[in-house]
This record gives sequence, C-alpha cells and structure tokens, in this order.
Amino acid sequence: MVTDLLPPHFADWFSAKGWQPRGHQLALIEKHRQGKSSLLIAPTGAGKTLAGFLPTLIELADRPARNDPRPAGIHTLYISPLKALAVDIERNLEKPIAEMKLPIRVETRTGDTPASRRDRQRRQPPDILLTTPEQVALMVSSKDAESYFDQLQRVIFDELHAITPSKRGDLLSLDFARLRRLSPRLLATGLSATVRDPEELQAWLVGQGDHTPSPRSPGREHGNLADLVVADRDVAAPPLITILETQERLPWSGHTSRHAVKEIYAAIKAHKLTLVFVNTRMQAELIFQLLWTANDENLRIALHHGSLDVNQRRKVESAMGKGLLDAVVCTATLDLGIDWGDVDLVINVGAPKGASRLLQRIGRANHRLDEPSKAILVPSNRFEVLECRAAVDAACSGEQDAAMSRTGALDVLAQHVLGMACTAPFRADDLFGEITSAAPYAHVDRQTFDDVLAFVATGGYALKNYERFAKIRLGIDGQWRASNPRIVQQYRMNIGTIVEATMLKVRFGKPRGGAMLGGRTMGEVEEYFAETMVPGDTFIFAGEVLRFEGIVEDSVLVSRAPPKTDPKVPSYAGGKFPLSTHLAARVRRILSDPASWKNLPPQVSDWLALQQLKSLLPKPGELLVETFPRADRFHLVTYPFEGRLAHQTLGMLLTRRLERARLKPQGFVASDYAISVWGLGDIGQREAHEPGFIAQLFDQDMLGDDLEEWLAESGLMKRTFRTCAVIAGLIERRFPGQEKRSRQVTMSTDLVYDVLRNHEPNHILLRAARADAATGLLDVGRVADMLQRIKGHVVHKPLIRPSPLSVPVLLEIGREPVYGEARDALLEDAAGELMQEVMEN
Amino acid sequence: MDGVAPSIVVNGAVLLPDRSGCLFWPEQRLLIVADMHLEKGSAFAVRGQMLPPYDSAMTLGNLAQVIAFYRPERLLALGDSFHDVRAADRMHDECRTKLLALISPLDMLWITGNHDPEIPPDLPGARHAELTIGPLVFRHEPQAFSRHGEIAGHLHPVAKVVTKKGKLRTRAFVSDATRLVMPAFGAYTGGLNLRDPIIDNLFQSRKFNVHVCGCTRIYAVPQNRLFAD
Repeated sequence: MVTDLLPPHFADWFSAKGWQPRGHQLALIEKHRQGKSSLLIAPTGAGKTLAGFLPTLIELADRPARNDPRPAGIHTLYISPLKALAVDIERNLEKPIAEMKLPIRVETRTGDTPASRRDRQRRQPPDILLTTPEQVALMVSSKDAESYFDQLQRVIFDELHAITPSKRGDLLSLDFARLRRLSPRLLATGLSATVRDPEELQAWLVGQGDHTPSPRSPGREHGNLADLVVADRDVAAPPLITILETQERLPWSGHTSRHAVKEIYAAIKAHKLTLVFVNTRMQAELIFQLLWTANDENLRIALHHGSLDVNQRRKVESAMGKGLLDAVVCTATLDLGIDWGDVDLVINVGAPKGASRLLQRIGRANHRLDEPSKAILVPSNRFEVLECRAAVDAACSGEQDAAMSRTGALDVLAQHVLGMACTAPFRADDLFGEITSAAPYAHVDRQTFDDVLAFVATGGYALKNYERFAKIRLGIDGQWRASNPRIVQQYRMNIGTIVEATMLKVRFGKPRGGAMLGGRTMGEVEEYFAETMVPGDTFIFAGEVLRFEGIVEDSVLVSRAPPKTDPKVPSYAGGKFPLSTHLAARVRRILSDPASWKNLPPQVSDWLALQQLKSLLPKPGELLVETFPRADRFHLVTYPFEGRLAHQTLGMLLTRRLERARLKPQGFVASDYAISVWGLGDIGQREAHEPGFIAQLFDQDMLGDDLEEWLAESGLMKRTFRTCAVIAGLIERRFPGQEKRSRQVTMSTDLVYDVLRNHEPNHILLRAARADAATGLLDVGRVADMLQRIKGHVVHKPLIRPSPLSVPVLLEIGREPVYGEARDALLEDAAGELMQEVMEN
Repeated sequence: MDGVAPSIVVNGAVLLPDRSGCLFWPEQRLLIVADMHLEKGSAFAVRGQMLPPYDSAMTLGNLAQVIAFYRPERLLALGDSFHDVRAADRMHDECRTKLLALISPLDMLWITGNHDPEIPPDLPGARHAELTIGPLVFRHEPQAFSRHGEIAGHLHPVAKVVTKKGKLRTRAFVSDATRLVMPAFGAYTGGLNLRDPIIDNLFQSRKFNVHVCGCTRIYAVPQNRLFAD
C-alpha cells in the first residue's frame, strides 16, 4: 500500500529520515486521488501539517512540463488562523521540498506582505500560497479573482476547529464558497485537533445545498460531508495530568492563586521549560509579578500576552525557541499549535473552563508523541477544584466539549455581499445559491438574504432617503454592481471580522503638560478598560504598577506608581471563557455523588459534606435555590454552573422580576458557579405564602419582555452592536492616526443603536447584534437552555443562615476594589467570619 | 421644560437652560438652539456610511416640542444648523415642510457657522455672522478674548459625571458671569469633554459653572465631579 500511494522518491525521503509514513498521511493522499475532500483529526505533533501538504507535493512533483506560456496559477492555498505561519511550515513544507529537490515554489501572503510582492504574486503566482483568512477575503474580492484562482486544485485549512466557531470562520466559509465556484474541481482538506462533533467540520468543508434540510432539527442535520480521517489514538501517549494538592489553605473565592505561587515556582525549578497558562491578561500580570517576588534563584521567567507590544512578544518567543528561558507566563496567545521550544511541563493556573482547551494546552508540552505530556492544574479556589477534577476526568477519557453549532452571522454576510459586488457584477439568485452552499449559511432564507442586500445597498431602512447614494445598484441587466471605485476602496479598507475593542496605547506622560509622545509605548489596553478608571487610579500592566493620568487621543497616559503601591483597579480577575456546558454537567455530577469525593482534597470534601449536613446537595438534574436572611438583607443563592456571562444575564433578569414582585432587590453578584441576589423583601417567606413563587421566578418567559427591556439599556449590548456595525460596514474602522479626529466629529454607535431601536426594531443589524448576544457577552442561549433544563426541577431550601456552598459567592459581594495582599487578607477574614456563621446551630 | 429649572445669569441677562439643550431668554421671548447639524446622517450616506436617516426628523421633533413649551416670539439658530451647505438639498420633503412650518410663524434669526456659511436661500429669516441683542452677543464660535456676554456653540460640550451609582456622559451648558457655551441640539452630534483644555482656556482662571442635561431636568454639577473620558 505504501508503494502504491507514495512515489518512490517520497518513500526514499521518508526512510532517509528514519520515518514511517503514518496511516493518516497515506489516507489523505488516497482521498485526494479519489477526488474527495477530507477532514483530518489528529493530536498536535502527529505530523498533521505534513499530512496536509503531501498530496500537493506528490501531485506537483509528478506534473508534466507545461507548454502553456501563461503562468500556471496557484495549485494549493494553505490558510492558517495565525499570521506567524512560519515555524511549522519551514519544517513541514520547505524542508521536504528542498531535500527532495521538488520543482515547487512556495510563497507567503499576510497583512505584512509588501504591495510590491503581492503584485509579483499576482503576475507570477506561486504553486503554493500560504495565507490568512483576511487575505483570502481580499483576494476573492479583487477584480482578477476569477483568473487568479481558476487553476486552484486544493485548499488546506489548518486549525480548522479554531476558525469555524467565529465570525472569522463565517467569512472564510463564504470566501471558500466563492473559491468553489471559481474552481469547481476544488478539493479541501481540513486539519483539526480532536473535536466532539467532527460532522460540523466535515460539512463546513464541502458545498451544501443539494439536500433538503429536515424540519425537525434545523441546524443539526448535515447534508454533504467531507470524508473523515482520524489519526490513530495510540499515536500519542496519554497525558499525565495532576491537580496541585496545595499544602496551603485553599481560598474560598478569588482567582489569584496567590496561595500556590511557591509550589508553582518549585515545579518550574524542577523542569526545563514550563508554560504557565492563565485565563486573563490580568492574571498573567499578577502571577508573573508573584513569581518574580519568589524568584530566589533568578530563574529566567518571561511574560507573554496579547496586549504586550509585538516586539516584546517576538523577543520572548525567540528566547523560548533558543532555550534561553525557564518559564513563560502566558494567556491564550500561546494556545494554538506553534512550537516555540522544548516545553516539558504545562501548568494551568485557574480552572481550564473546558476539556478541549485543556487538552490543547497540554499538547504544548512535549511534542514528541511517544512521551506523555505532563501537566499540573492549579485551582485558585474551592469551586475550581471541582472544575479541575471534572476536567481531568474528561481529559483522561478523551472527552471533548461540544462545539456550538453555529449559524453564520448576518453582519459578516453583509460584508461579503459588498465584497462580491466589488469583484464582479452578480445576480441576486446566483449569489444566494452560492452563499447557502456554505454550511454556516445553509439555512439563510431568501427574505433575510434580500434584507442583507438592501442593507448593503442603502442601509435597508423603511424610509427610502438614500437611494441616490446607494453603494451597490441593480442594473437593467439584472446584475448588482458597486456604484463607484471609491466603494471598492472603502470595502478593502474595512475587510475582516476582527474588531478589536478599540485599543489605546499605554505610555508615560501627563495630559496637562502635553502628552510626552516620545514616551515609550508599553503595550495596549482596551478602551473600555481605560474608561473605567479615573485619574489617580493604579493598575498593573507589563509587570509594573502604573498610575492612570488620563487619556489623550489614542494614548492612555500613565506614570510609575511609587514602590509598594497596591494596584487599585483589579479589573476582571475571573475567566473570560465561560465554563463549558460539558464540564458544568460533570461538576454537577461530582457534587451530587459523595462516592466521587474521595478524589478531592479533604479541604474540599469536608466542605461538601458540611453542605449536605446544613443544606442539601442538588441531584444532577436539579437547581438548588437557597434563601436565608443575613445582615438585615434577604438572600437568594442558586448554583446553575453556567458560567459568569450567563449568570450575569440571569442575575439581571432575576433582579427585574423580584423588583416587580415588590421584594426590593438591592443587588446581585455572579460567579462562574453561582448567583446571589439580595434585597429587603423576604423571598423565602413569599415562597411559604405562595408556593411555587421561586419556581416561577425561573420560568422561561423571563427571556421575553424582561430580556428585551434589559438589553435596551445594557452597555454590553451596545458594544455588541458596535462590532456588528463595523463588520457590516455601517461605520468605518478606525485606523491609527484617524483617532486624532476629535470625538466631536465621530459618530457614536450608541446613538445609532438607540435610533435604530426606536425607528427600526427589526433592522438587520439589530438582528445580528441580538444573535451575537445569544452566544457572546450575554450568553442568552445558555440561559435559555438552562431554564428549559431545570423546568420542574427547582428545589428550594429555606435556611436561617448562609449555607457552606454559598460562602464563595457571598464573598464576592461588595468586593471593594482593594487589591493584592490586602484584599486576600480581607477576604479570608470575611471567610472566617462567614464560616463561623455557617457553623452556628 | 421644568418648573424648577435653574437659571444662568450672563452679563446681567437671565437665561433658562433646557434639558433638551436649548436656551430660553424670557425677557426677550427668545429661544436659542445651537448646532442642530440637520442632515448629518445623509452626509455620511453620501460617503457610503448609511446611518439611519432619522436624525433630522428627530431634531425637528425636539425643536417642535420646545417651541410649543416656551412659545417664543423669536428663534435664534446659533450656527451649524445644517451639517453642510448641501444639507437642505438632501432633506426629505416631510422634514423640509416641518422645518418651514416651525420657523415661519416666528421671527427667525440665523447665525452662520463653519458647517453652514450659507443658509438655504428659500428659508425665511435674517442671516448674521454675529448678532448683539441687549447685553448679549451671539456668535457660533466662541472667541478667546471675548468675555462680554458672549453666547456661543460650536464646541458641543459634554460632561462626564461620576457618581456612586455610575457614570454618565451627557450634554452640558458651560458658563460664567461673562459668557456661555451651549451644547449641541442635533440628534447625531458627538461631544467635546469639558475637561478638554479648550474649555479651560475660555474661562478666567479655569473656573466655570456646569449645567448638565438629565433625563427629566437640568442639574448644576460642581466642577470637581467632572471627569475626562
């Protein structure tokens, strides 16, 4: 079989390396020969990238000499979500080409590629072009897209699992649909880490449309599928994952993991290169600082997160590659599959939030497959111990989180429609057929598509005032085309789906004395973070405590805080990733099953046993709601385990309902695990007088008017809307330099949002924003699923004092913006008092 | 539009700020609006940004309300009433009719601004670059060294107020005994934060009074409660 599929000089090359071609590598060659698209699922390090390129290399090596004087055109397009494609590619593509002396030209095109080289690539296309999703969008919307891609044979999507669940993936799916039209013989190969539902990716990789969707489960049925190739499970040794059993006292709440720093440091010391993963930039900053305080032996510990200056990040990466570091504290920026060095230990601080993410991160350690990856989880509080336990169990049984089946975003569709008008005139019928062949858009109905088209043309408003200014027009030939070249120019400036929260540069200076614009740029922070501060506030950034002085133009001006200053603004210390539904279910199971507690540290199992004694532990399908008085307030605490975002939404809605029931709610607090609402009215007493009152609080209908009303005022919704407005092209992106235009003349999207809500509540952009809210910052979708699940299973436990399980969330109440040592001490004092309260009979 | 609205005294004239952003001078039965920026939405549409085409209708609707409430004899538009010189051509017929109906019964005074150096010729009313009425002088753009009863617009002042309950960014009147800068009246107008040095430089030793537009009334806010963006 090997000789069948692998040409002799390839077989020779493999044996010269002392390698055996792997089963999945041969399988991909076979699929390609059979003219089939395929999805390869393989763990990191299984030779995935080489497997993806082999069919191309073989085909190009064997191709006959051409007589045609025209350039051959691109044969294979390789698309990666990362701009830094270089490292893996060098090893997996350029080496084999050089060593086998194959007549194949490879080039790269990213946002950094100079215009002159792009021009040359247009005139003399390489055989293989390595690029990013944004560049694909630019290329398929250019005037010469048709001739540029008509020879295209293959497209390889790397890290497909990381692209598809995002707007970036939506746009890529639409551009891919266009590529399929330009080159009907096009075959696709997707490379992915292990996922729970490969069918979604298989459907993504081929054109949909010639099937009838089943009305019973819209969105779930998959029509056409690419063939699935799974690398042998035993290729990779199972990971060795342990949970740090701290000798210190486990905190009740908080996310600092301060208690475990000495133990983390000891682990770093015992290994060659350790990656310390944390969930947020702020955690990264804090752990980094704490590790340096504990760094008695001058270990080389570096920091890597997305807000740091690019040059600084590159420096850290190259130092890692050269083996000059002992540890790197990093965030999701190092999640994806690039090898930076010989990592032999991964430490995950805080809860991993999802089994798939955990496996990805662990995959960073030891890229040789025969040796197990080694990882230590460091829970930062007691609930996180449960979550870590659940994640380890899931990882050991190879379970993955379910990806959310995704419906393509309408703002992305609007951007694409304009792009298609920029490349060539189109008929609405044809484009509708094309876009519904992309799996995420297979279910878009014609009316919605027409609404999007109207939006692109004139804004799609009921008041027809803009016909004269239409961006695209329907000609008498029945074709839509861009109105003028300026529209094309504008489109090309605004392409892409990554709308960074407007970033402000952090630099030294004072606003009154004029910005010290020569001051060193330390990195960037989100505008909304900067807006939460007032001059004099201190915060931690790039490993230093800084004093906020003000915002001038595009810069946050700061000064160095005096030594020993505690940063005042902790920002948001929790995870930004919500706890996956799958892990949440496991955590609920652990809670309900005392037999499983033997795997938990005694500090935690004792706590759960106490809960059983003082209140109760909900069964897996149940939602426990406790009510109790405390400090002249009445509390309601419940434990849905649906993640902070969903809980925040639920908390808002519960507060509204209690308000209406005249129970005078005063506030609420949400963690990843629980919600507490408190007020002046006795909720437990109301339930006693009016049985079923609490169950009714959680009725599904809260997602109707209450939600709509709340969304109207929510700042999160406005931010969501802004993103949609930028992607859809309603407002332009801000480019560096343009920020200098004062706010006086820029258009506020909040204003546009309010006007639309008042005048056109069904406008396509509001629909897009609502769809985002369902999965994004508000996680409404998850709240809906939960309300459905617990219907009829709400268990109320009236108590006279707080329950043990409620302690962590109660500690979050009224958290003063005290930071660091002081805050932890304060919290622990409070915890002591609270537990005292709990223990009283 | 509130019985207890505080008044502002500039160069001896008693003026009533309204939460809508307009200013009423009872002694003269004169209503003043600044920076309406009519047809700002369509100005963006010309450049390909299709903002909702409802701004002129909203601005004129607000204007109709304050006219009905104060019943002025004279209406003074303090410049930048139109977003650009072509604005009137782009205006929807309904809006144009409404605008005419609003201003025709009144003694209309147009101050020209940098956005509208020319007022559409078919509209009634006198045009002025600046205009003196009693102790007050009306001009669009505040002048650095003019402190004798100047009423101006142009800057679109907004205040960011921080309280225990949260933050609010809202339009504001900024004044001292000698001059006043009005907020923008237009529905789509952005704003300049009062903490900007431009504002400081207009007032003697950087001391000024601030009246912010709340949802139900005008509030006087001490200077130390204002924050930069």
